[in-house]
Amino acid sequence: MRSLIDILDFTVEEVNELIATANDIIDNPDKYCERCKRKKLATLFFEPSTRTRLSFEAAMIELGGSVIGFSAANNSSAAKGESVADTAKTISCYADIIAMRHPKEGAPLVAAQNATIPVINAGDGGHNHPTQTLTDLLTINREKGGFENLTVGFCGDLKFGRTVHSLITALSRYSGINVVLISPDELKLPSYIKKDVLKKNGIPYKQTTDLESVMPELDILYMTRVQRERFFNEEDYLRLKDSYILEPKKLVNAKKDLCIMHPLPRVNEISVAVDDDPRACYFKQVLYGKYIRMALILKLLEEAEK
Amino acid sequence: MNIDSITNGYVIDHITAGRGMKLYDLLGLDNQDCSIAIIKNVLSKKMGKKDIIKIDADIAIDIDVIGYVDPGITVNIIKNCELVEKRAIELPQMLTNVIKCKNPRCITSTEQELNHVFKLTDKDNGVYRCIYCETQAK
Repeated sequence: MRSLIDILDFTVEEVNELIATANDIIDNPDKYCERCKRKKLATLFFEPSTRTRLSFEAAMIELGGSVIGFSAANNSSAAKGESVADTAKTISCYADIIAMRHPKEGAPLVAAQNATIPVINAGDGGHNHPTQTLTDLLTINREKGGFENLTVGFCGDLKFGRTVHSLITALSRYSGINVVLISPDELKLPSYIKKDVLKKNGIPYKQTTDLESVMPELDILYMTRVQRERFFNEEDYLRLKDSYILEPKKLVNAKKDLCIMHPLPRVNEISVAVDDDPRACYFKQVLYGKYIRMALILKLLEEAEK
Repeated sequence: MNIDSITNGYVIDHITAGRGMKLYDLLGLDNQDCSIAIIKNVLSKKMGKKDIIKIDADIAIDIDVIGYVDPGITVNIIKNCELVEKRAIELPQMLTNVIKCKNPRCITSTEQELNHVFKLTDKDNGVYRCIYCETQAK
């Protein structure tokens, strides 16, 4: 049974096919409005989520299907100690496809090993979140028309940000990508990702602590939050936190067609004043997340029927 | 030192000196009631010193464990006092319940019945990662 646990479970061709389907859904929504009639999506969310759960549910509803599930572990038998394996076997009796978020890393893989229906990893702790990566890829594709010859800047917490790691991994499979890593020294991209992903795939990259100095080069700026709890001492946090807050004045030298992205939720790392800038794409990114999830549900259900 | 020859069983040879006991434990040989000899610090032209384990019974042994402990090991299979196969060991692709994942955020930390499975992700450097959380085995 085909599932999506890690973005690398899908080939580049399959990712491109999903993006093409999502683009077709955006252009021809009526064509898809009954494609999942009488199908049920189970959203098994063992920890809270706004965007991911609701976008999965909206995606299934727009495909003409229905949704069952729970939105917190204490609303399920997990509170009584039921294993992930047993939960997956049980839900396989009720639904046609599962979207699972779980605080423990690898839980969706355990579900996929035990379910008889496709499982989509909707986030497993700080580990993987492949549908966010698909969302990011669709956003870049729609805003830039493809992935060739782009300079992508990643800014903020590059050490712990799982969305950054996954997107870098996914982009490294395309040619002509340049990566700029912008972070405080304390939150640099882990060296194993530089070695195993960037260097291994021959992706040119540079590292800097200064966002404004590299701003003119960027086609994409992917912002993440610098969190207070990641610093060893308060002084360093206070010294650095404002450097990584995006404000309109920092965009003065940016390209006119820069695409500003953020996986959300944001706290203060992008000033609200940037929201009115036409280069701010993070709320469009949310919308694209629904369409790529529609494409994913369709693909996995079609493969399950085969 | 004399150790009887084997009728049916295994001679696990070319174990890096000092790793014989670890391999003995990992193979669960403590639970066997057949004759088993661990010979430590045997002089070797190739290795200087080596350990050898001799098992005088045709028991099932986990070749993957051997590969993980010491990929340079040779397993000699003996039948009717004759060497019938000399098997060179490589790093196994997967290891099940040989290493424990120590990541407290991994699903294996809370679901006790799950097998601890590690996959070889970098053959050159012998790197294994947990299939659930991708934590590197130490």
